[in-house]
Amino acid sequence: MHGRPRKAYKPEEEAASAAKAVKPRSLQSQFMSNHHNKIYTKEAIELSTKLLEINPEAYTAWNYRKLAVEDRLSRIESDPDLVKSILDEELVVVESALRQNFKSYGAWHHRKWVLSKGNSSIGNELRLLDKFQRLDSRNFHAWNYRRFVVELTNRSEQDELQYTENMISTDFSNYSAWHNRSVLLSSLLARRADGFMPNEKIPEEYKLVHDAIFTDEDDQSGWFYHLWLLDQTVNVETPLLISSWPSHGSRINLSGAGCLNDSSSKLPTFCFESGSFPLILYFDQDVGGVSSSTVKIDSELKGNEDLVWEPVSKKNSQVSCVWVARLKYMSSEPSFRKEYKVNVRIGNSPGIVSSRGFNFNAPYEFVFTAHVHDTVEESQESIVSWTDGFDIWDAQSKDLNSLVTLDQLNTQMDLKWRQEALAEEIDLFHALSDSKIGKLTLARLLKAEAMISGDAVKGVHYEKIVDLYNDLMALDSPHYQYYKDEHSVALLHKVTSSTESLSRYLFQYKDMNNAVCLRLNNLSLSRIGSVEKLLFVQMLDLSHNELHSTEGLEAMQLLSCINLSHNRIRSFSALDSLRHLKQLRVLDVSHNHIGKHSVDTTRYLCSSPLSNSEWTQDEVGRQMPTLVTKYWDAYFVFRDLNLKQLDIAGNVIAGDEFSSFVIQVVPKLVWLDGQKLRR
Amino acid sequence: MSSTSTSSQMGQLVADKHVRYILMAEKKKESFESVVMDHLRMNGAYWGLTTLDLLEKLGTVSEDEVVSWVMTCQHESGGFAGNTGHDPHILYTLSAVQILALFDKLNILDVGKVSSYVAGLQNEDGSFSGDIWGEIDTRFSYIAICCLSIFKCLDKINVEKAVDYIVSCKNLDGGFGCTPGAESHAGQIFCCVGALAITGNLHHVDKDLLGWWLCERQVKSGGLNGRPEKLPDVCYSWWVLSSLIMIDRVHWIDKAKLVKFILDCQDMDNGGISDRPDDAVDIFHTYFGVAGLSLLEYPGIKAIDPAYALPVDVINRIIFTK
Repeated sequence: MHGRPRKAYKPEEEAASAAKAVKPRSLQSQFMSNHHNKIYTKEAIELSTKLLEINPEAYTAWNYRKLAVEDRLSRIESDPDLVKSILDEELVVVESALRQNFKSYGAWHHRKWVLSKGNSSIGNELRLLDKFQRLDSRNFHAWNYRRFVVELTNRSEQDELQYTENMISTDFSNYSAWHNRSVLLSSLLARRADGFMPNEKIPEEYKLVHDAIFTDEDDQSGWFYHLWLLDQTVNVETPLLISSWPSHGSRINLSGAGCLNDSSSKLPTFCFESGSFPLILYFDQDVGGVSSSTVKIDSELKGNEDLVWEPVSKKNSQVSCVWVARLKYMSSEPSFRKEYKVNVRIGNSPGIVSSRGFNFNAPYEFVFTAHVHDTVEESQESIVSWTDGFDIWDAQSKDLNSLVTLDQLNTQMDLKWRQEALAEEIDLFHALSDSKIGKLTLARLLKAEAMISGDAVKGVHYEKIVDLYNDLMALDSPHYQYYKDEHSVALLHKVTSSTESLSRYLFQYKDMNNAVCLRLNNLSLSRIGSVEKLLFVQMLDLSHNELHSTEGLEAMQLLSCINLSHNRIRSFSALDSLRHLKQLRVLDVSHNHIGKHSVDTTRYLCSSPLSNSEWTQDEVGRQMPTLVTKYWDAYFVFRDLNLKQLDIAGNVIAGDEFSSFVIQVVPKLVWLDGQKLRR
Repeated sequence: MSSTSTSSQMGQLVADKHVRYILMAEKKKESFESVVMDHLRMNGAYWGLTTLDLLEKLGTVSEDEVVSWVMTCQHESGGFAGNTGHDPHILYTLSAVQILALFDKLNILDVGKVSSYVAGLQNEDGSFSGDIWGEIDTRFSYIAICCLSIFKCLDKINVEKAVDYIVSCKNLDGGFGCTPGAESHAGQIFCCVGALAITGNLHHVDKDLLGWWLCERQVKSGGLNGRPEKLPDVCYSWWVLSSLIMIDRVHWIDKAKLVKFILDCQDMDNGGISDRPDDAVDIFHTYFGVAGLSLLEYPGIKAIDPAYALPVDVINRIIFTK
């Protein structure tokens, strides 16, 4: 029982409890008889009142009263005074029930139901609420009811905003009041109400919430409000394109399946068995409406008139921050060794809209050159090694400059007040940097400032952020892993903050047309970030980290080889994002935790029948229903991949049964755990 | 941090005592508490029976007796009441369906009728009423979606509108409330996240923002509260944990400390689990404690599904067959 102390068992108490139960039991059985026989006499209604006084949660009794009210009203419709007295009687019953149990859903709803009949005096409601809310200022039923009354009486949002301010000044530790304030203020800001321009109002709100945070830094009431203000400060509503592959001004080498004729070249070459290459657009937020009418392409490459743009997201979602289209470059006519210019124009005609309903209105144009090479016969299916055959990236190489995508600042953003507000906050929170919330807020503020600053500031800030999260891991160990994840993201921001720092992690793999390989192994990463800057990578080594999911990798459409060995992957559903990687041929997930845990934290983040994703039973599913149920997560990931090489040794799930299952599900697999399959 | 390595120093789950407590609670019909709880006996039965199944003791109750009592609670409309004689409500309809699912007895239902009752409660704006009297709450959205998914007939409702309504209840802290504008609450978050999970719509959740809000529910004692600056309570071990698992952020809390908090809330003599240490136990908290331990991979407890709130083997049987 909520908040009731545990007592030792005593027989006399049991007897007392039984005695106390006699009256309500008899009331209840009489009530049921009245209800079932539709008896709405004065005595019968009175009996339900008594029952509800003892037990305001008896929902059937509230239902009965509504039937009784309707019955009585149907007889006296013409007399407004009588109608009012009947309804007022109900309000009295509700009020006494609420005194007994302030949290009774049935009582609160009954009150709403009575009021929605009209005829009763709404004026009293706010007064009653004030009384109740003084007694329990966090009761969410009362706050909900308050919003209902406010709407019914057309009370202004400004008046209600003042009410939240009064509540907060009485006691700043009132999360409910802060919450209601965020609801009211976001509405007033969104419609630019008089006196509610963001550049004036948001700095004022910062001051209000400081009082709360600086009075007691452990009190959470102001934390989330501050974070919301920060979000309002740095994030603009209109979506932006933040990167693409190929990027502006770049020159890419393409070939068909197989290897280059000219093996002396050190240029990375992208080969696509399908004869088409992905064009990737990466936005700063989820958008919809990317299509051949909103993205115009001019190119001499034939057969790309009506490009199909697809969101890189779950099947039933039509929005994503990553969109991809496939451009054909291999036609039947022999036209190799040729250069093609491709011009891409985005957003000249409206249609690209964020999921919050804002239009993409910063038209952008970029040009790149595609160089199509001749190829020789398809190579033998040799095993890809993660230890040999890598060349260090030539830091002087101009290729990187053209490969690395660049940030595009939003020129339309009114930066001045935002930068001032951030600078002021950073100053203030330096004073609080001994506490958890001080450090955490400082890290977030620095990240926000880095977002709207140049490269020089970025590098320095990410360095500081990494340090702050290191401190937090030690200071607040129960949330260690939260800070660890943020630390990983900041570290990757740092790595990708300049061409120079990124090139230290880049290599070329000779045996695969000098493929671009990024080696982020042994960095104790628990989370992936900055993928928008890594769209050009073909081989990715993430081995010996602490990753438990591949979320984010879906944007890296060029990936053909991934090494995830020695991480903390717990299930195949955690690899769901890889299903979007059409080029993926080599996957190493050896030495992870697959099969070790009974709880699957990505069970509902992947596409499967559990999340009601559409799926059709294929041949494998029909032949091995039991194994498909047992290994459903492996089944739904692997059947959409076209793997040639897979490593799963060193996981609890690995074994003969699982291997034979995988061989069935992945018909083109050649190498399993280093052994060539004999099919 | 695995619970096995630390369990020696923090007490054990007294599973046998909890089983006895649940079986006894069912027989105590004389007490005052049993009268005021009479109207939600269907919920109580679901809590008790699911706990027994998680502890692999469902066989100790008479299946026929339970199933025939459940069926006496069905109303001609297709909905179920909290007990015989009471009115039907979507809250008890889900519990009834879950109980029948535990016993693999869904086949005795007239699925068309029950699902029509549930689908009939959807409103024009996509929300759901709890019954004919029109109370609206995202709890009812979850229940409808959970129920219809178990029956594999989500096509009976407008899922898109149902999802839009839930999304309209999303707050600026990343959480969800009962209606648009209502404050975030861990129980309500479970309902909204669960409904979005079942319909494959978790992309509407801001996982990092909500994950931080949820992981900050853990207080110094290791227990979880349901809203900022509130006391911890064992029931949030379920609401918060299941939500964190569905959005893949459960590693952000200290699991070992939470295991200890739940175990500290056991009545070591008479069985049962309470909201906080040394409070009176009840069946509600006993279920949420055991279910929480299941989500924490405590040894000897079956795995529970975080969205459907039924054992994983029961849900896999339903979803992956046919």
